[in-house]
Amino acid sequence: MNVLTVPFTDPLLREALLAGVLVGIAASVVGAFVVLRGLAFVGDALAHGVLPGIAAAVLLGVSSMIGALAGGIVMMVGVTAITRRTRLSGDTAIGLLFVGMLALGVVITSRSASFSGDITRILFGDLLGITRGDLVVQAVATGLVLLVAGVCARPFLLLSIDPDRATVAGFPAGRYHVIMLALITVTVVVSFQAVGTLLVFGMLIAPPATAALYARRLPMMMGAAAIISAVSVWAGLVLSFQYRLAAGATIVLVQVAVFFVALLIHRPRTAPAPQVVG
Amino acid sequence: MSSAVHMDGASVGWDYPVVDGITIDVPAGSSLALIGTNGSGKSTILRTLAGLLPPIGGRVSVLDGPPGANPARVAYVGQFHPQGFVLPLRVRDVVAMGRYPRLGLLGRPRRADADAVDHALGELGIKHLADRALRELSGGQRQRVYVAQAIAQQADVILLDEPASGLDLSARTLLRAAIACEVDRGAAVLFATHDLGDARTSDQVMVLAGRVVSAGPPATALSRDAIIAGFGLVLEEFSDGGPIALDPGHAHGHHDDHDHGAAT
Repeated sequence: MNVLTVPFTDPLLREALLAGVLVGIAASVVGAFVVLRGLAFVGDALAHGVLPGIAAAVLLGVSSMIGALAGGIVMMVGVTAITRRTRLSGDTAIGLLFVGMLALGVVITSRSASFSGDITRILFGDLLGITRGDLVVQAVATGLVLLVAGVCARPFLLLSIDPDRATVAGFPAGRYHVIMLALITVTVVVSFQAVGTLLVFGMLIAPPATAALYARRLPMMMGAAAIISAVSVWAGLVLSFQYRLAAGATIVLVQVAVFFVALLIHRPRTAPAPQVVG
Repeated sequence: MSSAVHMDGASVGWDYPVVDGITIDVPAGSSLALIGTNGSGKSTILRTLAGLLPPIGGRVSVLDGPPGANPARVAYVGQFHPQGFVLPLRVRDVVAMGRYPRLGLLGRPRRADADAVDHALGELGIKHLADRALRELSGGQRQRVYVAQAIAQQADVILLDEPASGLDLSARTLLRAAIACEVDRGAAVLFATHDLGDARTSDQVMVLAGRVVSAGPPATALSRDAIIAGFGLVLEEFSDGGPIALDPGHAHGHHDDHDHGAAT
């Protein structure tokens, strides 16, 4: 059993565990709505949108979280503008925006002296480099995300069934969609340090998607996702300590593996009903 | 009786009018059936009354205000394209969403809310499915859940866009009874339908074909000429009742429409 607990005698790993669990909770709650609404692609785009912001912050020597936030806001405005303008073919434009932001991030980073070190850290995270200050920011952000998600749970649920129904019910779909994008952005901004901008998507989607296979109620889905996420963080850290693997990537790998195992052993209660077509 | 929905020379549509010159008065405690082919403007009228689409001309008022001004008192069920994969929601949770417009963001559900949900589940005959997950249901069962959601709201104006689509015969009967029950309660119920039988049993009918062909009580609005103008179908007169539309391509029977085409 020692092998499972020994790594955490090191304060560095204890802080990494705490950071991973905090981020996992926020990502599970926000990710549940992302999965429900089929916003996975938008979530992925938002995750990559933060890259040039972080790169610029590193180059300018300001806090990378502020840079990430700035990049995230730009991406959010872009995604919102695109979805308003093109109702159906938004995927193409969002995809291009996301690749453009990724390229811009790499271009900015290439100006830096320690290019490959910086880009690796940004893309894949630096969980063991997390400071006390980062932890405080993550705790506050997680609290904020839970609060806003709790207050907006009803409009978010209506949105996931039918945006028009939400609007008619007195919860304008456009407004709550933007709030949801903002929550995704905040989650990405506080998570990238742990697992990096490339992998944060896994943290956002894999645990809620795993939980969605079995949960029959939303609170159950969110709770199960948070537990899956926390256990994955712990397992990932143990594995990475034991076998000298990249911490963030190992965590995400565990989460994704759990999803596919769950998908393989999942038996739907009833076969999908035949579609009525006229 | 006060008028729940009032349209006076109204035009509805997007950049161009889909239907114009709509004049109708739907009193509280009465029903209006919108009938017409796909693309005839039924959904556009309902969307306008729901406040989803601004009217492009004339006067439109819902509960003495502009459309969309009274979310707690107006229920709307659009034509759904439900997402199959996830949604871990029980039937009861989905029906309970009908109470959200009254409860707002944070209002705590009370006894009356739970009772309204139970009542709606019963009306649509889905009480036995209450604890099932939405994704385990068939398309027709889901449609009943969405209609039950609107019923649970206990709204004063209920807008239903083809509520009978995908429903089997017994569910259609339940739907008809549920609409009648809401009308008795004092609600104005406006619904789009392809079923002449449903249209005939409502208080008023509007026959649409990109324009208002006729409007008023079924006895006058569903005249032979109006139906020919509205549907362009071959008609046969049966001795035991009014006109029955026959699709020229089909040899027998009632024109039972399962069309899930584009929103009109």
